[in-house]
Parts: sequence; C-alpha cells; structure tokens
Amino acid sequence: MTQLQHLAQVIRSKNSGPFEITFDVMFADAGTYRRVEESGVLTPELVCKLYGVPPEDIVALLFFKPALAFVHPAPRLGAGKHQ
Amino acid sequence: MTTEIKILPPVGMLGYGIPEADFWRGIDAGADAVVVDAGSTDPGPYLLGLGKMIVAASALERDLRLILAGCNKRKIPLLIGSAGGPGIGKHVDETIETIRRIAKEKSYRLKVAAVYADVKPELVRDRFASGRIVPCASAPALKAEDIEESTHIVAQMGVEPILKVLREHPDVNVVVAGRAYDPAPYAAFCMLHGIEDPGIFWHMGKIMECGANCAEPKGRVILATIRQDSFDLEPMNPLERCTPLSVAAHTLYEKTRPDLLAGPGGVLDLTGATYVPLNDRTVRVSGSVFRPSPVYQVKLEGAAIAGQRTIFVGGIRDPILVGQIDTFLEALKKRLAGVFPELQSGAAQVDFHVYGKNGVMGALEPEKDFVPLEVGILGEVTAATQDLANAICSSARIGVLHMPYKGQMATAGNFAIPLNPPENPIGPVCRFSLYHLMEVESPLELFPSRIEEIA
Repeated sequence: MTQLQHLAQVIRSKNSGPFEITFDVMFADAGTYRRVEESGVLTPELVCKLYGVPPEDIVALLFFKPALAFVHPAPRLGAGKHQ
Repeated sequence: MTTEIKILPPVGMLGYGIPEADFWRGIDAGADAVVVDAGSTDPGPYLLGLGKMIVAASALERDLRLILAGCNKRKIPLLIGSAGGPGIGKHVDETIETIRRIAKEKSYRLKVAAVYADVKPELVRDRFASGRIVPCASAPALKAEDIEESTHIVAQMGVEPILKVLREHPDVNVVVAGRAYDPAPYAAFCMLHGIEDPGIFWHMGKIMECGANCAEPKGRVILATIRQDSFDLEPMNPLERCTPLSVAAHTLYEKTRPDLLAGPGGVLDLTGATYVPLNDRTVRVSGSVFRPSPVYQVKLEGAAIAGQRTIFVGGIRDPILVGQIDTFLEALKKRLAGVFPELQSGAAQVDFHVYGKNGVMGALEPEKDFVPLEVGILGEVTAATQDLANAICSSARIGVLHMPYKGQMATAGNFAIPLNPPENPIGPVCRFSLYHLMEVESPLELFPSRIEEIA
C-alpha cells in the first residue's frame, strides 16, 4: 500500500471563510490522479473514520480533474466560538 | 467596442508589498487599469470587530505611492475593492485621505469615487424578521442578538455599484470601494469596456484578485489580457510561470467548491473551463458560464466583541503529568467552575491548547496513542471584563502550576513559565456575528457613492 504523501504533490488545508476549512490534495500528473480516483479509497466513510466526525460534517468530497485534485471542505470545529 | 483590454493586479492584497520592476513591466506592457483587492476575512473577526485596517498605514501608503505613479504615467484608472480590509466607511475615507496626501505632494489631479458598503442594523433586523436572511456556507443560524451585538456590519457589493460610478463618471481616476465581492472591480472594468460574457470576466476576476498566486512559484504582479471569448494570464516576474495546472489549481484555493462559485447576482460554473498554454508561462482561459440567480443576495459580514481575554503560556516536562494531562486539565476546569460562577453559567470560558499533543488539530487529531516528551500549554480565559478574565486566568495558571495529580513525585510546582508576569491581558475578543446572505431590493440598494476632486 502506498502512502498518499508519496503520490501527491500538494497536501494542504486552508480556511475558506470563517466557518469552513478545505483540505486539498493535488497530484502531479493525470495518471496518478486517475489511479487515486479509481482506487476508491478516498471516500466520506474513510474521512469520518479517520477524524472521528459524523457524516453531516462532510460538506463535500470531490475529485476535480482540471486541477488533478481531490478536495474536501469541512465546517471548522469551534466555529462560532470567538477567535 | 474594444477588442482587448489589459488589467494589472500588482499584488493579491493592497499593502502586502509590490515588486517595483515587475509592476513597471506591467504598466509598460500596456495595462488599461490597475485593480487591487484590499480586503479579506482570513485574519479573523478582530479587524471588523474593532474597525482596524488589515495592513499598517505605512504599508498602505507605500503601495499606493507606487500604484499612483504607474497610473499617472499611463493615465489609467485605479480600482480598489474592500478598502482597508473589512471595508467599512472609515476605511474607505482613510484610504482616500492617503491618496489625497500623495496626490497633493506629487501634484496629481485626481477624480476619486467612494462607494460605501456599510449596512444599518435596523435594515438587517427588518430583513431578518421577514425571513430574508439565510446563513452563508457553514455559518450558524442567525439570532437577533447577533445583529444587536455587531459593532460593524457591511455587505459585499457586486459589480453594479462600481459599474454605475464608472459609467456616470468616465473621467474618474480612482474608485475606492468598501467591502466588495473580490472579483467585482475586475468585472466592472470589463463591463465598462464592452466585454459581454460574464463567464469570462467573473472567472478572470476570481483568479486575478489574488495577484500572481496562480503562478508557480506564487508571485504578486500579473497581467490579464481579456477579450470577448477568453483571457490570458502572464506573471510579470520573468522567473514565474502560469501553467494550466497552476491556474486550475488556484480555483480551489480557499473555496468551498472548485467548480461552482456563488456570488452576488449568480453562480459561476467552472466545469467547462479550459486552460490552454500559449507558451511555457502564459495560459489562455475560457469556457466558464455565469448563471444569474433569480433572487439577488449579498453577503453580510458583521463582528461583535465577545469579551475580554487574558492568557498564560508555559511548558510541562514531568512525564508523570504529561502522561495524564487531559484528565488533569479536566479536573482543573471543574475546580475553576466551582470557584467562578461565570464559568458554570458559560458567561466566561477557559480553554487550554496543549501543544505537542493536539494543540493544532484539537479534537480532529487522529494520533492519540503516544506520550510526548513535553507539552506547551496556552491557557486562555474570556470574560465580560478584563478584571474577571485576569482573576480566572490567574487561578487557572496557579492550578496548572500547583494542582496535585496521581503518582506525583515532583511536588514543588510543575509548570515552566517563560514570561513574567505569568498571565497577560490581551484585550477584546471578537467573533463573526454575521456571515449571512440577505435579499436586496436591487443590487444598488445598499451602496451609495460620492465623488471628490483632488486638485
């Protein structure tokens, strides 16, 4: 089994507005992108299991071909709480 | 009808610094306008809550001096969106004051337009009562007190208020807009010059408002050449390049979705966009479609002061305590709640950030089965008054230092505190009280403008 960090060129998170975070994974070439997409490994169920979050906290999880990327926006924990 | 126009964003945030050589390269390449975004909610609610600017006054002035010199050379306009950061009226006026000072010194004659984005709480109350406000993205449902507690409220203007000023005053040199949808000033300039397809200019604006962030490596100055059916992007630093991947990847930057981007007036659908390399550093983009919404909504932003805060910071190295730090801090919180009724009621809050364990990810941290060598603890208390926050924080810090725990061998104080005094008040804490979409009667309804001549 290969680790995602060895397949991806970029793995990052960024806030998207005050109430959401996005996780972006970008691949260097179309072949690797296709391999990861077709593996069926990156799913909402996996994210829920890894981070212990309920399904309703998955805002979206999608493969975006033009950027050879997998993106996952999520609500920020503690959002609404003062910063 | 112009065939091509060139827009030069000099940097992704006004005040962050502009590389001079790259800027002049863009001016001399035939820029028809300089357009720059001056705002963001990324730094958090304190800017809007306390009415502060996102950059120091000196940084703003430094960037404006260079930009105004470039605009003066080619006699081209400058458009600024979300002046000052939060984009409140005071920031629009302070930005214009800075421009006025520079213009007088350099003998520039400028016609300046101000477009304001401040929203009165009465109006928000009214629309809330009539069910015309909904949360934006994952914001919580609005409560009446959120409106009452907001120190400032702005709405993100769309293209219409800026375009109106440009059309009514074709000789305007500078437009300083308050809080605006980031691509709106770009869209306004394109519409003024007859670019008809909103899919083209909204997509261009969405990328350009971040400057050359869409290049690799990420840069600042970029030139966009826009025509009816496509636009080209070229970074002005010869060592940076735009590639189809770098430009497409930028579409996902800080967005909920990379394919559908909602804004005032409609949604930009990027699913059909194409990114074609013209050479190894310039990309041609086309194919996005703008779908107008049946109801025009603007995004409201508001911030409120949630309390006053006091903090302490220090480290724990005792392995016996580090190994039980979660239960220790829970027990401390219980003890504090027993002493301070405000903690019981929720009127005050105490939180501990445990660096080395899960300080960064908190409850999301998947790695749980390890004991760190040491932990750094940042304790923070928020309360209605600074005095109360100080008192609770002092008790909390004393508790971390002296509270006993199971198997304790280090009985003389367990917290290494680098600073003196050990607790420090850090002032008001803000929260975003409004991040909601509100229906408007018309796109112009909330956004008045005025004209000023600087001679």
